[in-house]
Formats: sequence, C-alpha cells, structure tokens
Amino acid sequence: MRLNELSPGSEAIIDHIEDREADDVVAVRLRELGFVPGEPVRIIAFGPFGADPVAVKIGFTRFALRRVEASRVVLRDAA
Amino acid sequence: MDAMVENLPLRAALVGNPNCGKTALFNQLTGSRQKVANYAGVTVERKEGRLTTPSGRAVRLLDLPGAYSLTATSPDEAVTRDVCAGRYRGEPAPELLICVLSATNLRLHLRFALEVRQLGRPMIVVLNMLDAARKQGLAIDVPRLQQELGVPVVTAVAIRKNGASDLLDLLDHPPLVGPAPLPGNEDIHATVRRLLADCVTRPSAVAEEVEDRLDRWVLHPVWGLLILFALMFVMFQAVFSWAQPPMDAVDALVTGFGETVRHILPDGVLQSLLVDGVIAGAGTVIVYLPQILILFLWILVLEESGYLPRAAFLLDRIMASAGLSGRSFIPLLSSFACAVPGIMATRTIQNPRDRLTTILIAPLMTCSARLPVYTLLIAAFIPDRSVGGLFNLHGLVLFGLYIAAILSALIVAWVLKRGGKATEHPLLLELPAYRLPNLRDLGLGLWQRAVIFLSRVGTIIVTVSVLLWALSSFPAPPTGATAPAIDYSLVGMIGHWILPVFAPIGFTWQICVALIPGLAAREVAVSALATVYATGGSDTDAAAQLTPILSAQWSLATALSLLAWYVFAPQCFSTLAVIRRETGGWKMVTVTATYLFGLAYAASFVTWRVALALGGGPS
Repeated sequence: MRLNELSPGSEAIIDHIEDREADDVVAVRLRELGFVPGEPVRIIAFGPFGADPVAVKIGFTRFALRRVEASRVVLRDAA
Repeated sequence: MDAMVENLPLRAALVGNPNCGKTALFNQLTGSRQKVANYAGVTVERKEGRLTTPSGRAVRLLDLPGAYSLTATSPDEAVTRDVCAGRYRGEPAPELLICVLSATNLRLHLRFALEVRQLGRPMIVVLNMLDAARKQGLAIDVPRLQQELGVPVVTAVAIRKNGASDLLDLLDHPPLVGPAPLPGNEDIHATVRRLLADCVTRPSAVAEEVEDRLDRWVLHPVWGLLILFALMFVMFQAVFSWAQPPMDAVDALVTGFGETVRHILPDGVLQSLLVDGVIAGAGTVIVYLPQILILFLWILVLEESGYLPRAAFLLDRIMASAGLSGRSFIPLLSSFACAVPGIMATRTIQNPRDRLTTILIAPLMTCSARLPVYTLLIAAFIPDRSVGGLFNLHGLVLFGLYIAAILSALIVAWVLKRGGKATEHPLLLELPAYRLPNLRDLGLGLWQRAVIFLSRVGTIIVTVSVLLWALSSFPAPPTGATAPAIDYSLVGMIGHWILPVFAPIGFTWQICVALIPGLAAREVAVSALATVYATGGSDTDAAAQLTPILSAQWSLATALSLLAWYVFAPQCFSTLAVIRRETGGWKMVTVTATYLFGLAYAASFVTWRVALALGGGPS
C-alpha cells in the first residue's frame, strides 16, 4: 500500500521511498523531511478538491503532499 | 593582541529549519538593531543584527534563511549552504554557527543539526520552544544531548522576555573549534533515532495536540474553505472600516497643518508651493498609512500564526488547475501588501516555470498602493450604505475588485502555462505548529513597513508632487483668460496632448496627467489628482475636498473605467525593477508591462462602454 491510499486517522509504517526517475528530487527531499523506513505516518486530512493534496503527520511534524508525492511513500503491510 | 581580538565583534550566524522560531530568537537577541538588505547577486533577504553579551562582547548576528537540508533545492537554501560552508562570495565565513532547533520537532530538526555538525565548524545548538515541548509532555535530557552531540546545547524560549539569557551567557565564551566527527559510520537518520531514544522521554501522555483539534476544522474540505473565505472577507472589511477613524484623524491633522502654513505665509509662489505642492501631495498619501498598516498586520498575523501554509493546502488544487502549486499562494498573498516582497518571496518555489508564472501574475494582486486610488474613487462614487444589515457597500465593492484581480490572475496563469510541458510541481509543504503571534515580532514587522512607506512619501511622492505643482502652475494664464488657470499650464498641455489615447476609455485629461507620475508609485496618482484639481479650482484644501470635486466633475462611467484600469495597469517602476532583477533580463519586464497595459486598456474600454450603455455616462 502507498501513503495516498491510507485511510484518514489510521497509522502505518514506512517501508521505503520509491524513486520515480534518476535524481528524483522529490524522493530525496522526502527522505530529508524524515520519510525514512520504519517511521510511523498518519493521514490527517485530504484536500477539498479531488482529495488532493493530503496532509500527513510524521512524528510531531505535518506536511502537505500532493498525491503523486505521497504515492512515492510505500508502506509496510500491516502484519 | 588579545585585547584586539576581544574588541572585534564575533561573527555568528543563526541556522535552522523553517518554523524553528529562528526569527523570533533573532528579534529577541537584536531587538530593533537590525539591518535588512539582500545578499550580493541574489534577492535572498539578508538580515543582520548587533548584540552585546553580558560581559560586553559585541556580536554581529546573521539570520540565515531557513533550510531543511544543506542539499539545497531553492536559492534560499543555497545561500544558507554556502554561507555555512564559508564559500559565499563577499560573505566572510561565520566564526560561530548557532543552530536553532524547535524542541517540539526534534526528529526533523536534529537531522539538520547533524548535517550542520558535519561541517566541523564551531557551533552551538539552541533548543528553542522548550515551553511548547513541555506542554506536549516531552522531557528532554539536555546534559545528555550535549554530551552525545559533543557541542554546547542551551535551551531558550524565544518568545518570552529574557528567554535567551542562557545563549547570551554562552556567547561570552563561545567554542572556538568545531566538533570532531561522531564515532562510527552511522546513517544520519539512525543517529537521530538513537539520540531521541536516549535523550527524550514522554512521561505524561497528552490527550491530543491543539494542532490535531484545530486542523480537523481548518483543513476540513467544507469548513476549512468557509473559514478561509471568511478570514479573507473580514480582512478586506477591516481594511475599509477599522481604518476609517485613524484615517480621519490623520486627514484632519494634515488639513490643519496646511491651513496653518497658509495663514503664516504671505500669498504667493512659496505659499502655493508648500501648501498645494508639498503638503497636499504628501498629505493625500500619508492619510492611507493606517489602512496599509492594517492590511500588513493581517498578513503578518496570518503568516506568524501558521495559517498561511494551511491556506496553501486548501487552495493547492485550484492553483494546480491554473498550472501553479499551493506554494505560489504565499508570494501571491504577500503581493496584496506589495508586489515587490511578493515577487521576492517566489524564490521558495523550486520549479523555475512555476516561479516565472507567479512573478508574472504577482502584479495583478491588488497591492496596498492601489488602495488609496480605490478608496478615493469608491468614496466618491459608490453610495455608502449597508447591504443586508451586515456589510458595507464600500467594503463589498472593494472585495469585488480584489476578486476580479484574483480571477484574472488565475486565467493569465492558465494561459501562460498552457504552452509548457506537463512536468511535476512539488508541493512538499510543512504545516507548522499554530502559534499565537508575538507582539514584538508583529510590531517590528509593522514598523519596518511604516518606515518604507513613509520614506516613499518623503522622497518619491514629495518630489513628484512638487514637480507636478510646478508644471501645473506655469506658465500663468494670459490676461483676460476665461478657462481655469491650469488649462494654460504645461500640465494642461501634456494632458490634452495624450488625451486622444485615453479618451476612448473615458478618461479626462486630468486623469491622463495623474497617470504619468503614478508610474513612479501608484498612490501618487491620488496626490497628483489633488494637485491638479487644487490649483485648477479655487482656494481649496486638496486632501479633504478631492472627493466632492471628483464626484461633481466625473461621470460614474469614468470612475468605473479608472477602477478597472487600476486593477491591471503595471504602473509601478519598483515592481518592474524587481522583475528585472529576479529574472535577470528585460524580456520578462517587457512581457509583463505589455500584457498588463493591454489588459488594463481592454478592461477599461469594456467597462466604459458597458457603463455608458447602462446610463452611467456624463449627464
């Protein structure tokens, strides 16, 4: 499952960040913002139009990510 | 030798993530001893301040732009990276890096601190917002953190008085050498996790964060949009209604001053120059200071409170439909105060094409310099009555003018982006913690704006007013002339000369005259009209009497046409200059000026024709 498919309120653990292209700046920045394997993430809100962007919470920090950005975050399957 | 070293100020730089409370700390440490300028060659704002430590040591403190990483993705972050590493041209390497972390956000901020630490330069870590962390139930073992990091760690609450005293004490004896590399070959994220596990405990579980509760409303698809719309609407109502009493007070003061000068001086050229040129010219614009400050206050409060990025979240999709991202919202909203800082704020947009489009449409956002013109025309031509018992018709018209500008900006952005390839525009925007805006920070921000505004009045506006007064007073009318004196002056000739260009959109020759100095600064158009009509009419005092003169001499259609003109017209040299600097060439300046003039002319023409057809023409 990917971060943009997570239902609001539920928590999941990040498995890895997927690079879409060579030198994927978005993926690099996501890692720098703390989206690294093992971190728990949660969706706090969807944008009003087409559920885009998504607001996610990681640690005590909240970020607004577009769906294409959030889809780079691959989540661990709930065991 | 030692004494000399002691006397030289210590060069320190503040670094940290965005939203770590760095600017509040900077304000706390340096107070009003700040100098705001630009870094050489780029338009990234450079803020430097001075402070003295308890033992009397002078420190020059540089406030570097906030950065998430030293792997820069924007011009802002590139400046921080280069200054920290000591390779920014014209900027000596700081002798001490003060890395500011928010204690509430250590996971993110420690990572950056570790990155800065890898530079091996002398550094201090400041744990800021300690009070907020305590409220979240976090307990931080500061001695342990200092031991593990191997650099001095002090705590601070930047928004409280004396909240940075530990840091000041430490600056008396700053570390002179950089930290040694951390042992082992650990990944930076693993180090962060280990530090958090060792040094941070959460003894008391806090039920729910304020942010979670507020965000449920603020980011809600329906309520969130309603809140946003209400905030914007109240903002424009406030600009109009709250500002009225202080504006009346300033107006009375200026009028009184002008009358006093008129009585003291004998009739003649000097009296006319001072009263009709200088005082009337500067006075008509100074009157708008309260209004401009209220607008800036709103924008500052929205910025400081952490609301703006949430508005960007809500509007991202709408911006995306015009080919922009929510990131463009912040520079565009700042452009409502003034397009110059707005265009400069576009540097936080990573995508070059997005940035260019945002720069091109920023002048369409109704800047505060247009307010005097709008206010004057609305007061003169729109009846002052309440609508639905709640709103004021003046406020509604003003709101409508702003909406018209926003809609046309979206359309222009859409047209501009249509040619380009569909590339990905990153949003990746942090939604910071909510903060009660700090009074000192608001005060400092407003003070800087007021100084900028008043120095414009003092320089450009007074100069232009005097020049215009001279042009409109000479040559004197021939003896036996029947028309008003101004018709025979140079201004009259110039006005009549360019009238054919603007007659099709309903402008009078007096408006044509006012448009020329309005190029220097939009608000000058108001004082120019005051000067033209003051010397053209009888013995009147410009500021107070302009409204009735205009409503008597212009038709409603002319007024509406001028309003439409001002929604679009690119009449501001500073904006064009900053576009040139930001885009590095004249091409975009030409493009901007041309398309805005075209739009302005077309909009005025349509407005004038429609108003004529509806019976708003000259009676």
